[in-house]
Amino acid sequence: MDRIPILKLGHSLLVTIQVDMHDRLAMALEEDLTQKIVSSGAKGVLIDISALEIVDSFIGRTLANIAGVSRMLDADTVVVGMRPAVAITLVELGLSLPGVRTALNAERGMALISRRVAEADRDGAADAPDVHGDE
Amino acid sequence: MASKAVTALAGLLASREDKILAAWLSTLAGATADGRISRTEIETQARDFLRALRESMSGGDTSSTGSARLRDMLSSISRSRALLGFSPSETATFVFSLKLPLFEEIRAAHGSDGEALARDTWTLTELLDQLGLHTIEVFQKSREEIIQRQQDEISELSTPVVKLWNGILALPLIGTLDSARTQVVMENLLQSIVDNGAEIAIIDITGVPTVDTLVAQHLLKTVAAARLMGADCIVSGIRPQIAQTMVHLGVELNVVSKASLADAFALALTRIGRTVVPIRSGGSGQPRSTGAYPGALT
Amino acid sequence: MSTVTSEVLAIRTGDDVVRVRQGVRTAASKAGLSLVDQTKIITAASELARNTLDYGGGGTARIELVQEPMRRGVRIIFEDQGPGIPDVEQALSDGFTTGRGLGLGLGGSKRLCNEFRIETEAGKGTRVTIARWR
Repeated sequence: MDRIPILKLGHSLLVTIQVDMHDRLAMALEEDLTQKIVSSGAKGVLIDISALEIVDSFIGRTLANIAGVSRMLDADTVVVGMRPAVAITLVELGLSLPGVRTALNAERGMALISRRVAEADRDGAADAPDVHGDE
Repeated sequence: MASKAVTALAGLLASREDKILAAWLSTLAGATADGRISRTEIETQARDFLRALRESMSGGDTSSTGSARLRDMLSSISRSRALLGFSPSETATFVFSLKLPLFEEIRAAHGSDGEALARDTWTLTELLDQLGLHTIEVFQKSREEIIQRQQDEISELSTPVVKLWNGILALPLIGTLDSARTQVVMENLLQSIVDNGAEIAIIDITGVPTVDTLVAQHLLKTVAAARLMGADCIVSGIRPQIAQTMVHLGVELNVVSKASLADAFALALTRIGRTVVPIRSGGSGQPRSTGAYPGALT
Repeated sequence: MSTVTSEVLAIRTGDDVVRVRQGVRTAASKAGLSLVDQTKIITAASELARNTLDYGGGGTARIELVQEPMRRGVRIIFEDQGPGIPDVEQALSDGFTTGRGLGLGLGGSKRLCNEFRIETEAGKGTRVTIARWR
């Protein structure tokens, strides 16, 4: 079966969805990403959907699931490049993906992830003496 | 259409074409009076049309609606008249005015043969009436297309999306918003967000006298859609009455809103990490009051 | 009313749902729907095709390009011989689901269409007709 490739770039995972997503493919992506976040220790997941002509409730739910799971695994998911027509349709459908972070394009999405990782590092460094006094 | 009549008419057209054309052109002369269409153009159209009519008949086309080529030719004539601002009757007259010259030729050809005269006249009337109606139909359609295009243009003109800063767009809405217009406006805004790579869009409704539930919902949907695309919206300039109406309607604009476009712009600048500061006095350049600019003759 | 083109697609697997989407996309662009309207009707069709598969146990989608004197558009008819919908009104409300979805399928699809009709009979099956006009 086809699978959507997942690239690792620094502390992030990159996914570009370029095919018409059928449900099994979406489910496989969710599973693969979950595995990969853990195995790679990624801090961010960037999903580029600029090639997607539609996002229906199933794909929408998959995106929300990925965001939810990755958050639990301490990684931030950013969905980038949603087309206007797709966004209008999703809202009309009643799906506003409240837990999902978004950005206009891959570049902005990466910036968002980097900023978040930098903040986490800084906070982590500041917290370290209190949390792990022996370090 | 009786094929006998068609053959007779085809023969008539072939042998008397020049005379028919001349007589037809003289009745058409009135149309060129105000200069909307040139004499040569009408002549060309008339000549082409007569030829197509003859070819259609001698080709044995016995349908009462004329050949496809004939109708295509009329369609293009009709369309161009619609664009030039002709009235429907002026446009249809082009075809109908051909009746008189042709009837005269039919009468001359048949003399006292009443039956043949009636047969050919009827066949010709039927054909020309159909073609005339076709002309009007195309005319009507062309006008509708023009109106539709103008409507689209107006709705686009009335909703310009302007760039305030790198990454900041503003959509100043003016006038009453109906549901259809709001939809067009919102689609434009979302597309502009993509085109400009804008992070923030300000929807200013200072110029909107009333907002009903449906429009408020469209606003909310747009804000939600923009967020899905990765951009934030700020709504500015909500009038007090509108705010009241909306609360009474039970619609809460659950979005960032600011009193004025200026406030919204200030917030937007802060969001992208900019700020506006006064220029230090005497800091750069010469004060204006020193007079003429360098190089000016005094 | 006249139907210009019509094609019937079987819905038996998840891949068929994708095929229905593609069929609707072709018809919608032929009908001259705007990009947003195309996206809406394709999305609605995707939802309903999945319903046909998941709840109706499979069925068919008939995609029609419709040309009427005053309008042009796409109509899609989903049919299955499944258990039917016991309470249509409830099924149309957001958040209602008996399956694994978000419960937005029926109600959400309705909002994406200009025309929406459900005919259903317990034990016999369901037919959903949707249309979007230019």
